[in-house]
Amino acid sequence: MTEIATVSSGLVAPRRILKPRRASYWRAVGRRLLRDRVTMVCLGILAVMALAMIFAPLLGLYDPLQGSMIRRLKPVGTPGHILGTDELGRDMLTRLIYGGRLSWFVGITPVAIAFVVGGALGITAGYAGGRINMAIMRITDVFYAFPSVLLAVAISGALGPGIGNAIIAMTMVFIPMMIRISESVTTSTRNLDYVEAARSTGASALTVVRVHVLPNVLGSIFVYATTLVSVSMILASGLSFIGLGVKPPEPEWGLMLNTLRTAIYTQPLLATLPGLGIFVTSLCFNMASDGLRAAMDVRA
Amino acid sequence: MLHIDQPEDRGGPAQPLVIARGLAKYFPLKRGLFGSGGAVKAVDGLDLEIKKGETLAIVGESGCGKSTVSRLLMGLIPPTAGEVLFDGELVGSAALPAKEYLRQVQMVFQDSYASLNPRLSIEESIAFPPMVHGLGRTEAVERAHDLLDAVGLAPGLFAGRYPHELSGGQRQRINIARALALRPRLIILDEPVSALDKSVEAQVLNLLMDLKEQFGLTYLFISHDLNVVHHVADRVLVMYLGRAAEIGPVESIFAAPGHPYTRGLLASRLSMDPTKRRKTPPLTGDPPNPVNPPPGCRFNTRCPIAEPVCSNSQPNLAAIGHTIHALGHEAACWALVPGSGHSLATRKVA
Repeated sequence: MTEIATVSSGLVAPRRILKPRRASYWRAVGRRLLRDRVTMVCLGILAVMALAMIFAPLLGLYDPLQGSMIRRLKPVGTPGHILGTDELGRDMLTRLIYGGRLSWFVGITPVAIAFVVGGALGITAGYAGGRINMAIMRITDVFYAFPSVLLAVAISGALGPGIGNAIIAMTMVFIPMMIRISESVTTSTRNLDYVEAARSTGASALTVVRVHVLPNVLGSIFVYATTLVSVSMILASGLSFIGLGVKPPEPEWGLMLNTLRTAIYTQPLLATLPGLGIFVTSLCFNMASDGLRAAMDVRA
Repeated sequence: MLHIDQPEDRGGPAQPLVIARGLAKYFPLKRGLFGSGGAVKAVDGLDLEIKKGETLAIVGESGCGKSTVSRLLMGLIPPTAGEVLFDGELVGSAALPAKEYLRQVQMVFQDSYASLNPRLSIEESIAFPPMVHGLGRTEAVERAHDLLDAVGLAPGLFAGRYPHELSGGQRQRINIARALALRPRLIILDEPVSALDKSVEAQVLNLLMDLKEQFGLTYLFISHDLNVVHHVADRVLVMYLGRAAEIGPVESIFAAPGHPYTRGLLASRLSMDPTKRRKTPPLTGDPPNPVNPPPGCRFNTRCPIAEPVCSNSQPNLAAIGHTIHALGHEAACWALVPGSGHSLATRKVA
């Protein structure tokens, strides 16, 4: 009797496992991300930085623009100024947090715009193929002929200094990159059998792209865009460094790096701090996008 | 809802479901910026008839144009030349617009994984084609569940799952269900079972045969597996380098192949009987480059009975059958045409 009981329970159990379910793809990605410790640490660091920047006015910091001639270039660890003061006696911690706001803004905005514009153009080129592809991709090649930093400096220099112009210049640099990556993933997706099967039902191109192409290419395009964020932040800092981006006294990491450059022999640690901000942010964005790429590669 | 059910038979049973005339597809080769470097002649002047309710198999080596024929018939690529008539109506004409034609012709691909969108659940994949043709979501999902039932997968277990959670055989059943979702009259099966295990292959083939009966379908079955073809086909078309080498009823072709290429193909099947094993391969070499097909008969470079006439002019399909079973058996070979100048041709003067 016991044997029969086990057999019947053995027959019931699999049915419970095979219960109809809707295992969403994104939920699976989330689960894999949570298990990836490196990515979680990076996302954590980025989250802490983001929160500090958003709630900067509530943190009881100094005025980022208010200097003090008697408190110039205090070293790291000075009481009252944990991270010291800069060449005009402004609190470094305050300026790093407020500077991060601008650095992140000019780092992320161009990539976000390029993601939308470049992604749309690239998917169009990839799906349409033929002459449309030719037209879009050859124009892209023209932009590709210039080194990205040179192009950004040239456009930004032509438009004049300022945050808005720097963002426009960097967007112009990133759009061709986004077009190229989205064109190539779309081209390879469009020839897959399931896209052909969808086309062979007589569905319009727009429907096929919306239902079958977009969900399958957006992930890789998004991951590529997140890797560009770090490039963008470095580029933005570079533009500010040479005086084409943010103008003083506005705090921005690249600009701070430039103004503290002269103090590198007296206060080397202090001069490194803005660079460290750029470094940590870029590294975390890169590692997080790497982790995201791995987590999205769900096959089995 | 009415217009998404199987359309009525218009031409009657005697009207072939599909007539393709002079079908050709050249893929141009790009060589440099200026001037084209010729073209790959994937399909070159193919005439084809698919009768209502039959299974026509297309066999041939890889690269002979089998898959190009299926993609041409599916409207996935435009033909270089030729026209297709579906139930007597020219495809693309006012009487049969392309979208209406595509609804009546569906395809099952070889790669069961690549042919399912990984981001769509099973029921969404099957419900997509009817929704394209205006069926509401609820009805389309309902139909998807009915079709899952028809292909032997319990809707309660599979409807919400994703392709990567299923086995190859299950996925191919889903592809079949999706192909049925528009209630088509012709299904093109492009090597539907060649990626499956032998045991699963038999199950899927039997399912296909059952569904054909149940839904009143006509099949175009593309395969390189001659044993499978022998099992499922009513008629067989043997293709070589973009052209028809031989066509005829399956029994007649397998019992008395007329074209030397067909004989070679049949002899290259593996045998379970050790005494029937061959020491020398029946066919040697590769098919010639389809960019520059050889003059005359395309098979003459590899043909064991090639003679000068074979490289001079191209033979056309001609009836070779003399018995009632061989009705409609045609082959394109000079050795079968009396008076062609081929030394073997004389003995067959009718």
